[in-house]
Amino acid sequence: MANDKSSMQLVVNGILSENPIFRLALSMCPAVGISTTVMNGVMLGIAVLFVQVFSSVTISIFKNLIHPRIRIPTYTLTIATWVTVIDLVLAALLPDAYAKMGIFVKLIVAFAIITMRLEMFACKESVKDSFWDGLGMGLGFMVGMVVIGFVRELLGSGAVLGYDVLGFKPLLFFILPCAGFFVVGLMMAFFNWIELYYKRSKG
Amino acid sequence: MMTFNKIHFLLFMALILCLAPILAHGADFITDQNFAGDNEIVVSFSAPLDKATAEVTGNYTVFEEPDPDIRLKLESATLADDGKSVSLLFAEPLNMIRTHIVSISGLPGQEKTTFKVSKSYLGYLFSILISALLINNFVFTKYLGLCVFFGTSKRKSTAKGMGVVFTLVMVAASLMSWFFYQFILVPYNLNFLQILVFIGLVSLTVQAVDTVLRKVNPILFNSFGVYLVLVIANCVIIAVPLILANNNYNVFETLMLSLGAGGGFLLALYLMSSVSERMELANIPPTFKGLPIAFIVAGQFAMAFLGFSGLQIF
Repeated sequence: MANDKSSMQLVVNGILSENPIFRLALSMCPAVGISTTVMNGVMLGIAVLFVQVFSSVTISIFKNLIHPRIRIPTYTLTIATWVTVIDLVLAALLPDAYAKMGIFVKLIVAFAIITMRLEMFACKESVKDSFWDGLGMGLGFMVGMVVIGFVRELLGSGAVLGYDVLGFKPLLFFILPCAGFFVVGLMMAFFNWIELYYKRSKG
Repeated sequence: MMTFNKIHFLLFMALILCLAPILAHGADFITDQNFAGDNEIVVSFSAPLDKATAEVTGNYTVFEEPDPDIRLKLESATLADDGKSVSLLFAEPLNMIRTHIVSISGLPGQEKTTFKVSKSYLGYLFSILISALLINNFVFTKYLGLCVFFGTSKRKSTAKGMGVVFTLVMVAASLMSWFFYQFILVPYNLNFLQILVFIGLVSLTVQAVDTVLRKVNPILFNSFGVYLVLVIANCVIIAVPLILANNNYNVFETLMLSLGAGGGFLLALYLMSSVSERMELANIPPTFKGLPIAFIVAGQFAMAFLGFSGLQIF
């Protein structure tokens, strides 16, 4: 039961050493599909953060009441409830951004990362720790989406957050949908390279 | 002997039924009617028309079959140079799935002629299938189901197993979702429960297939059972019910969409696993080993699938 990490460590863990997109390689669909701009990344990141935090807390509160044999359906229904909430809220408050993200907000329900965190963390740890863990995972997802979105928006349309930065469009290819695969692949390779380099220099 | 005659008779009737529209056409003054562009209907006649009457937009009334009260706004009617065909341009794009009813007044000989313009429904169903399979392939052009896609595309045998199990569950789950959507969610205004109901149905279907397969065919279960768990984690399986609810598909269209989605996933897995097996022999830089190179290969497939976007069959 005991968790030896402080709340700060849990958040940092989600952003860096267990980053959902680059380290765990989960929930890749939105990272490829709609990461064309930074704004999309922020919006979907907020939605995932919301769902992750609230599902983690809910499961953590009721962890003693859930029978182990039906835990996966329980997780799925909990997630689906919170996804419905954020789906309706976004559709009402930010219709433009919601239209851009299309079906992906509803598909948060099938994100492997959220179920995985509930199974591995929230069903064992305290409510407080689950909250921080959920926050870290959500932020990690958001950071990943924003980094990919930043690269694609900068290289594809020469802009950041819609503001023209470069004044020209270096590689229009990156704004094309299929470039998402290349950007994610190259970035994973880059992080692998850093890791290898770090290990080698350590001896 | 009797049955033989019966079959002949049935074949003959079927032939007559197929030919009936063509025979009927021949007798008419109007020889052909078709959708041309997004907002255009072209009508051909057997004899040249008078330019003065044919180009008056007031002579035409056009509406969709289900709601005759909503007349579609006609922008212009242009007579072709030989006088034998008129192209009707509309202010707004037409919904080509629906049957349109066009009536023309002021034609020589008759006071008013009414006819239907529609696409072949079978062709439309087939186009849904092809679209989900190639043009809007769920993996390479919609970027869904990637976690499972990269996880199970290492070996051809795994890819085939996963693809087949996925297609079966997909068809069963989407037909059930369609039923629930049309007969429970829509009549009782429970649309906001979509996500909850669909994900529940999908989990139930997977559980049911698991139980049935375990009892009925243990051999098949041993080879395919492991993939069943992965099906739940696939976003395609929840995306298809959401798409069919959005587009208000009927049961045949649902069947075609789910078959196309499953088949498209199978196709993508098979293509990817063929490349993966070759890649094991290749000398890949250590930083690119594993997922990074798989992503780059998938990116190339996605570029290739962009080529299908111009495909239009019907």
